[in-house]
Amino acid sequence: MANKHIDELSGIETTGHEWDGLKELNNPLPRWWLWTFYACVIWAVGYWVVYPAWPLVTDYTRGMFGDSDRLRVQREVSELEALRATNGAGLASASLEDIRSNPDYLQFALANGKAAFGDNCAPCHGSGAAGAKGYPNLNDDDWLWGGTLEDIHTTLENGIRWDANDDTRISDMPAFGRDGILESGQIRNVAAYVLSLSGTTTEGADIAEGQTLFADNCAACHGEDATGTKDLGAPNLRDAIWLYGGDLPTVVETITNSRHGVMPAWGGRLDEVTIKSLAVYVHSLGGGQ
Amino acid sequence: MRTESDSAGGGSLYAARKKVFPQKVSGTFRSIKWAIMGIALGVYYLLPFVRWDRGPGAPDQAVLVDIPGRRFYFFFIEIWPQEVYYFTGLLILAAMALFLMNALAGRLWCGYLCPQTVWTDLFYAVERLVEGDRRERMKLEKEPWTATKIGEKVAKHTMWLLIAWWTGGAWVLYFSDAPTLVRSLATGDAPLIAYLWIAILTGTTYVLAGFMREQVCVYMCPWPRIQAALTDEWALNVTYRHDRGEPRMSVKQAARVQEAGEPAGDCVDCFQCVAVCPTGIDIRDGMQLECIQCGLCIDACNTVMDKIGRPRNLIYYDTDINIERRQQGKPSIYRPVRARTVIYAAIIAIVGGLMLYTLATRQSEGVSVLHDRNPVFVTLSDGSIRNGYTMRLLNKSNQERRFSVAVSGIDGARLEIVGVDETVSGNPVVPVAADSTHEVRVLVFAPTGAKLAASTDVTFTMTDLDSGVSQTAGDFFKAPGK
Repeated sequence: MANKHIDELSGIETTGHEWDGLKELNNPLPRWWLWTFYACVIWAVGYWVVYPAWPLVTDYTRGMFGDSDRLRVQREVSELEALRATNGAGLASASLEDIRSNPDYLQFALANGKAAFGDNCAPCHGSGAAGAKGYPNLNDDDWLWGGTLEDIHTTLENGIRWDANDDTRISDMPAFGRDGILESGQIRNVAAYVLSLSGTTTEGADIAEGQTLFADNCAACHGEDATGTKDLGAPNLRDAIWLYGGDLPTVVETITNSRHGVMPAWGGRLDEVTIKSLAVYVHSLGGGQ
Repeated sequence: MRTESDSAGGGSLYAARKKVFPQKVSGTFRSIKWAIMGIALGVYYLLPFVRWDRGPGAPDQAVLVDIPGRRFYFFFIEIWPQEVYYFTGLLILAAMALFLMNALAGRLWCGYLCPQTVWTDLFYAVERLVEGDRRERMKLEKEPWTATKIGEKVAKHTMWLLIAWWTGGAWVLYFSDAPTLVRSLATGDAPLIAYLWIAILTGTTYVLAGFMREQVCVYMCPWPRIQAALTDEWALNVTYRHDRGEPRMSVKQAARVQEAGEPAGDCVDCFQCVAVCPTGIDIRDGMQLECIQCGLCIDACNTVMDKIGRPRNLIYYDTDINIERRQQGKPSIYRPVRARTVIYAAIIAIVGGLMLYTLATRQSEGVSVLHDRNPVFVTLSDGSIRNGYTMRLLNKSNQERRFSVAVSGIDGARLEIVGVDETVSGNPVVPVAADSTHEVRVLVFAPTGAKLAASTDVTFTMTDLDSGVSQTAGDFFKAPGK
């Protein structure tokens, strides 16, 4: 060092840097401080040995303990699953009504059901179970196949129009237009009649003919008063809720081509405790009967 | 420690530690330090064993940090996790108290109260007890390793480790029922984490108080730096009154000089102030970073001044302003009441008052409501609108309570709670166990045909069925809008 800067007051060399008249004294670092640095270096080497550290061509150094973050996650997940199995063991033998009335069971079922719903049901029904066109809103009090705990459980277990399941819920509304059962004018009149049941008037439609046609073709499943039949999955046509839409073109479309919504059977795909949890969870969303 | 040789000749980049051998001293400030050490360590070691009855089912330890149960108990106060702002208040109080101390008399914290100072002081006391005073210890340091030396070192380190172990042991007692934990620690049944923390804190106490000592203050602690930036010229500091002390010379020389009609200072250059200093500095060099202002040099100097019959307090709590004033023949002035001390005291009073007020008026029950995010509303088959909420009811008392839940804000609105069938005058009733919270799903139904805005303010009221005390929480009722 050619130029030494010595602080006059303390007689100590400065770094030569100056900030608004302030200079930094170049005091020596304590030696133990250096030792802590070396200790940290050795500690770091220990990490290489103990934990996965170095990438190799096709592999990586796995470390002495055979431990890694990925393995830890797997371990924690399986611990959690084991815990869930223990906590949920009581649900396997409890009836749905027992689960609903036992606060401990209910708490587990709601949490478990919510998680399972997010994993399995949300793609169609939405994360909040609000549904979409063709996929029912599970929050409301309108149920195609019944809204009791048992009904919901049966639907979950066996699915709807799920061919692989022998007990699946099944019904087959004819495609009145496509199959030539009704003509387009008649279909329009039936649609207008159906809409009139919930207070919507349609201009230029023959409601009387629609009513007659309804009694002849639709009442067998939807009922004389059009309130639907849950055993057949035939919807109530008098209420404010429409699965595909409550305007004339949509109803005409439904009568012409029919609708055949499908839901998978979850029996066998999910364990019984999870299916029960889902039934209780869906029931708790607000529309359960 | 900085020395001339380290810096002047462009010497080593790294300096070896200059070992400090503080000498025994007695006097006012030493007595104050003994008293504070006794109180501080007494409180620290014994507080976990103090009992406080909170009724059945609740812990009876006066001070307890229950991490698994997420509760903090301090005598009559019980803090829940959501009340962590009390700790924010405590931290503000602690910072302001530190600043106020600093504005009044410099590093009072460092000199008397800091755990690093207290434990280092204790370890020095042990060292003196085993190895003797300053002179003997310096001699022992240079001696070869004889059986006596080894014996003394072993005795010292054993006592240090025992103190360190006791320190770590007391720490874990704040996190669990102390008598139970002591028993299980003794029988080897305590959880591993307890032994681990005792080991860690034994290690840190032993290293920090036995070996690091003043190095912690000089190199590791941020407070000396902050303190230097926060202080002002009116703050009292342990000061060598050089106006009185200089020129320093021996008693005999002073007599000669004074005969010749020349001035002689009161400092006899006996280096007692240096000998007793726990950070190994010379206070006569003026205010410096390393000085923790423990006042031991005051005691040392007063002892000497008493012996030679000169006035006491050549080193004392004073300011540079006063030194200058005395040199000009003016009287000393002290200003403990200044803008900054008043402001710090006012902040302490305001924050402390606010905390006491909220503590005294806080309720033993509470309710919070969260509106469903998806779907925000549901149209029912009769065309009416329903909203869903998650409600959490808190019961902080030590017995089970039953609350009825009602909603207001929409005429004719009906409230249901999933899984609850019991009602009192039409409102669902939720039991909440002692010292716990209970979460329920709440459904609110607007009457059929009601004209609703896109968002309507609603208020949920939870009422204790026994006492009639109620708490409210506000939220919204969402609808398609007309």
